[in-house]
Amino acid sequence: MVFMGRQDMGASTVAPVGRHPSAVTEDPLLSIDGVSLQYKTRDSLVTATYQVSFNAYPGERTVLLGPSGCGKSTLLKAVGGFMKPVEGTIRFNGKPVSKPGPDRMTVFQEFEQLMPWKTVKENIMLPLRASLGLSRAEAEKLALTYIDKVNLTKFANVYPHMLSGGMKQRTAIARALAMQPKILLMDEPFAALDALTRRKMQSELLQLWETIRCNMLFVTHSIEEAILVGSRIIVLSPHPGRVRAELNCGEFDFDSENSREFNDLKDRISAMLFGKDKH
Amino acid sequence: MANVAIHPAARHADREYNLTEVGTIGDVAVPLSGFERLTQNGAFRRALVLIMFAIIWEVAARWADNPLMFPSLTDTLSAFKEDMLSGVIPARAMTSLEVLIMGYSLAISLAMIFTVIAVASSFGSVVLTTLVSMFNPLPALAILPLALLWLGVGTSAIILVMIQAVVWTVSMNTFAGFQAVPETLRMAGQNFGLSRISYIFRILIPAAFPYILTGLKIGWAHAWRTLIGAELVFGVASRSGGIGWYIFENRAQLETAHTFAGLLTVIIIGFLMENLVFRVIERRTVLKWGMMR
Repeated sequence: MVFMGRQDMGASTVAPVGRHPSAVTEDPLLSIDGVSLQYKTRDSLVTATYQVSFNAYPGERTVLLGPSGCGKSTLLKAVGGFMKPVEGTIRFNGKPVSKPGPDRMTVFQEFEQLMPWKTVKENIMLPLRASLGLSRAEAEKLALTYIDKVNLTKFANVYPHMLSGGMKQRTAIARALAMQPKILLMDEPFAALDALTRRKMQSELLQLWETIRCNMLFVTHSIEEAILVGSRIIVLSPHPGRVRAELNCGEFDFDSENSREFNDLKDRISAMLFGKDKH
Repeated sequence: MANVAIHPAARHADREYNLTEVGTIGDVAVPLSGFERLTQNGAFRRALVLIMFAIIWEVAARWADNPLMFPSLTDTLSAFKEDMLSGVIPARAMTSLEVLIMGYSLAISLAMIFTVIAVASSFGSVVLTTLVSMFNPLPALAILPLALLWLGVGTSAIILVMIQAVVWTVSMNTFAGFQAVPETLRMAGQNFGLSRISYIFRILIPAAFPYILTGLKIGWAHAWRTLIGAELVFGVASRSGGIGWYIFENRAQLETAHTFAGLLTVIIIGFLMENLVFRVIERRTVLKWGMMR
């Protein structure tokens, strides 16, 4: 068993890395402690993540970064309350996570997350009315505010099947943000978009974040996206996912994208994930 | 071009072009002519097919020249008109439709109960799928003798037979619809923190609606067919007898044109239901939502 040996190494390096001086006194918003996740396929029980521990603090854009199949999406689903860990605990806002809830709104990768029988505006109003119990007028007002924030005002009364992929994801983001969740969970939200749209969405998300400043947990397998979007990166090892590193990257944005520091960090993460070879 | 430096490896120079002004190209979208639009129109095409069949019928009947066996379209239409004006056909059709609506709505309510049970537990779903595979292939009219034995000659026996005709198709389609709701949509719905009931009514049912509607359509066709069949076998089930009985009666009296008029009524009612009621529902729901093409 190769991974048994490596897992010990992983566990021993996690604890001492504390490069978040202010965090020592701060209470974490999300605390993941020794979480192992498993899911069943037709003929096997797959371990997605193994004893993962990390904290996410208020005001941060935490990114879970790892190669495909490292269990990062599964971990996000566990934070969302869609599945239970086989060991370890997930505490959010001081309480153990047991089921999905509107305090942790999720934006999924798939476009199917929008209700096809509701227009953009109605999609955003649905949880506001059904879950928060807002009146029609209140919900509509709030929905229009967030539609404006994601630049979809012209498309407020359009059904999802008429929208492009990027617009669908913007709707999903607006719907999640309108609920004013304590944390926004994003599961590779831009992975199904073309490269140009993806870049545009990344920069729009950052601009939006500047105005809203919500807590965020963002899953991606793109190193560039992680550095651009995140303020702190949790690097997960290849399958089964274990924490490889926690790195700060809040200083990078689109202006410093091709700076030396940016590329150094990129190479460093690349080496962690794929060995010494840069490619 | 001459002063552009060309890399030795490049065989052709870089080029940039000034675009032709859009205004000078002319109309980018030109509306189709009235005739073209007409030939694209589904209703118009369908009407053409109907007219074609009407002509074939009329010509064939005149050529056969045997009104007792095969009345012409004009004979049939005049019989139809006569019984429409005298109020015979409307009364018979109303009798049939009353029974139809009773049986159909009862069957749908039962189907909804079955589906809820099947969705609620995995045992329930095994029970439903087994029942469906047993009873769905069984022609509804096959249980008519049993229905007569249990309930006697009357509306309730017909309704029992109609339930058999409808309930399995509708429950199976609804159940399949619930199962086909994409996992992401389910998770998005659960994420809202809705109550169980609210989740079913606001997320699952609309998401499964294309399947539910298909089930209702097929169920309606089964019900209508079975009702007419049962009336033919039964004769008078309620005070006046339905359209099936009208067909049977006229055949017995060798009023073939009126028999055809009865068949025509059955077809017209089926056609109106399909093209007005269900088509309108489709257009306002699943087609508008892009859930069906």
